[in-house]
Amino acid sequence: MSEMTQTATKPHIERSATASRTYTIFVIIGLAALILAPMFFYPIFLMKLLCFALFACAFNLLLGYTGLLSFGHATFFGGAAYFTAHVVKEWGFPPELGILTGVVGAALLGLIMGFFAIRRQGIYFAMITLALSQMFFFFCLQAEFTQGEDGIQSVPRGHLFGFIDLNSSTNMYYFVLGVFLIGMVIIWRFINSPFGMILRSIRENEPRAISLGYSVARYKLGAFVMSAALAGLAGGLKSLVFQFATLTDVAWQMSGEVILMTLLGGIGTLIGPIFGAGLVVTLQNYLATSQFPVTIVTGVIFMVCVLVFRRGIIGEFYASRLGRKLGFEHRR
Amino acid sequence: MALAATAKQEEPRVVLSARGLSKSFGAFMAVKNVDLDVRHAHVHALIGPNGAGKTTVFNLLTKFLQPTAGSITFMGTDITKTPPDRIARMGLVRSFQISAVFPHLTVLDNVRVALQRPNGLSTQFWLPLSSLDRLNARADELIESVGLKRERNALAADLSYGRKRVLEIATTLALDPKVLLLDEPMAGMGQEDIGTVSNIIREVAKTRAVLMVEHNLSVVADICHHVTVLQRGEILAEGDYATVSQDPRVRTAYMGTEEA
Repeated sequence: MSEMTQTATKPHIERSATASRTYTIFVIIGLAALILAPMFFYPIFLMKLLCFALFACAFNLLLGYTGLLSFGHATFFGGAAYFTAHVVKEWGFPPELGILTGVVGAALLGLIMGFFAIRRQGIYFAMITLALSQMFFFFCLQAEFTQGEDGIQSVPRGHLFGFIDLNSSTNMYYFVLGVFLIGMVIIWRFINSPFGMILRSIRENEPRAISLGYSVARYKLGAFVMSAALAGLAGGLKSLVFQFATLTDVAWQMSGEVILMTLLGGIGTLIGPIFGAGLVVTLQNYLATSQFPVTIVTGVIFMVCVLVFRRGIIGEFYASRLGRKLGFEHRR
Repeated sequence: MALAATAKQEEPRVVLSARGLSKSFGAFMAVKNVDLDVRHAHVHALIGPNGAGKTTVFNLLTKFLQPTAGSITFMGTDITKTPPDRIARMGLVRSFQISAVFPHLTVLDNVRVALQRPNGLSTQFWLPLSSLDRLNARADELIESVGLKRERNALAADLSYGRKRVLEIATTLALDPKVLLLDEPMAGMGQEDIGTVSNIIREVAKTRAVLMVEHNLSVVADICHHVTVLQRGEILAEGDYATVSQDPRVRTAYMGTEEA
C-alpha cells in the first residue's frame, strides 16, 4: 500500500520537472517570435493583439486562479484607457506616467467594485460586477472629460523616458512588448507566491481555508484589485497604441469579449488567454474587411468551444497525450 | 476541603462553553437550549442519533452558523458574534464531516498552507514560492507525527480516505489550536486507521481540548473523558461514558442496538 503511494508520488515530481523544462523552451521560442514578429506582421495589429492578450491574462488571474467570474472588466480596461488618454493629452504627462495613472485608476475602480461584489458568489458576483460596470459606462457617457460619444481623440504617444520617440511604430511595438512582458511576469509571480498559494487553497476548498483562519474575502479582494490593475495596464497601453479612448472600451461587449478570449484559450493556464486573444483579434481583423459579420463567427466559435473543447485550446493541449508527455497537467 | 481540591484537579478549566445555545431554521428548531463545557486536556464527545443536531452545534460553535439565541465563550471571551476566520485565529479550529483537504496540493503543501498565516507568509504576492521552504522543518515534523512521511510529496487527492483524515488533523495541528473540533473523524475508516487516529487524538488531547462528533461508540468509550448525548436538538444526558451508557433514556433513544 505504502509502496504504491510512493510510486504514485514520484511521477508527480518528475512531471513538474519536465513541465518546467518544456515551459522554458516554449517561453524562449515565444519570446523570439514576439521579437521578430514586426518583420512579418503589421505592427498595429501586433500591438492590439498584445494589449488584448494582457487584458485576457489579467482577467484569467481572477477567473482561472481565484474562481471569480467578473462581468465588468471593461470598466478597468476602458477606464484606464480614458485616464491615460486624458492625462497624456490634457495634462501633458509622459507615456510611462500616463500608463501608471491608468493602472492606479483601474486599481481604485477595482477596489470599489470588488468591495461590493466580493462577498457574493457565482452568478450574483457576476451580476453585481455587470451592474457596476454599466453604471461606469453611463458615467463615461455623461462625464465631460471623456468627451461623450466622440471619445478622447488624437492622444499623443509622446517620448518614453523623454527620449525614445514612440511615434515610430517599431519603438512603440517594443515598448508595448516590454510592458506586456512585465505584466506577464507580474501575473506569473503573483500566481506562484505565498499569496497565490492561499488563493489556490481557497479555490480548492473555501470552508477549509476559512477554518484555517484565512479571511477569504480579503484575499479575493486582493486578487480582484490586482486583476483590475493589470487590465488597466492593458487599457492604458491600448489608448496609446490607437491614440484614442472611446466608449467601446467600457461597454459590456468588451467584458464579454475578454471572457470569450479566456475561455477559448484555456481558463487557468498562464498562456491560454494569449492564444484566445490572438484568435479573436485575428478573426476580427480579417473579417472586418469581409462581408461576413464578425459577431456570428465568434459566436459560432464560442459554441464549438463549449461543446467540443471545454478546456480551451491550451487546456486541451495540456490534457492531450502529447501535452502530458511534455509534462503538463491540466486540473480543472 | 481535601475533597474539593481533588475535584478541582479532576476537572480542568473550561476553555469553551455554550449557554442556552439555540438555532432554528424557520419553524424548525434544530438546536434547543444546549449548554456545553469543553475542558482543557479533555476529549469531549458529542453523540446522538442521526438528525440530533450534532453538526449544527458544531457549526454554531465554530460560527459557520449564527445562533438564534444563546452565547458562546472561548477562553473567557464572548465569541457569539465573532466571524469564523477570526475564531480560527484565536485557536478554535474545526474539521469537517467530508474530509477537508486541498485535493490538488501535495501533503506538504496542505500543511504549509496552514503554517503560512501564523508565520506571516500569506500576503506576499511578490515573493517566490521557494520562500515557503522555511516552513518545511515544522511541516515535516507535523507530517511525521501523524505518520504520513512516506506520502509527503503525494497529492492529497491520491491518499486513501483514512490518510486524508489524518492529513486533516496534521493541518489542524499546524495552527497549534487550543480547542480542536473534529466532526466525525473516524467516519468511513478501516479498523487499522481508527487505531491510528485514536492514538493521535489521545496524544493531542494531552495539551489541548478536543470536542468530537462520533458515531463509533467503542471509540467514544475508549478515548473520551466526557460525553454529551443529543436528541432532537436537546441534551438528553451528560457525564462520562459509563454513566451515560447506563442511562435508560439514552439506551432507548440511541444505544438500544449496541451493547454498552
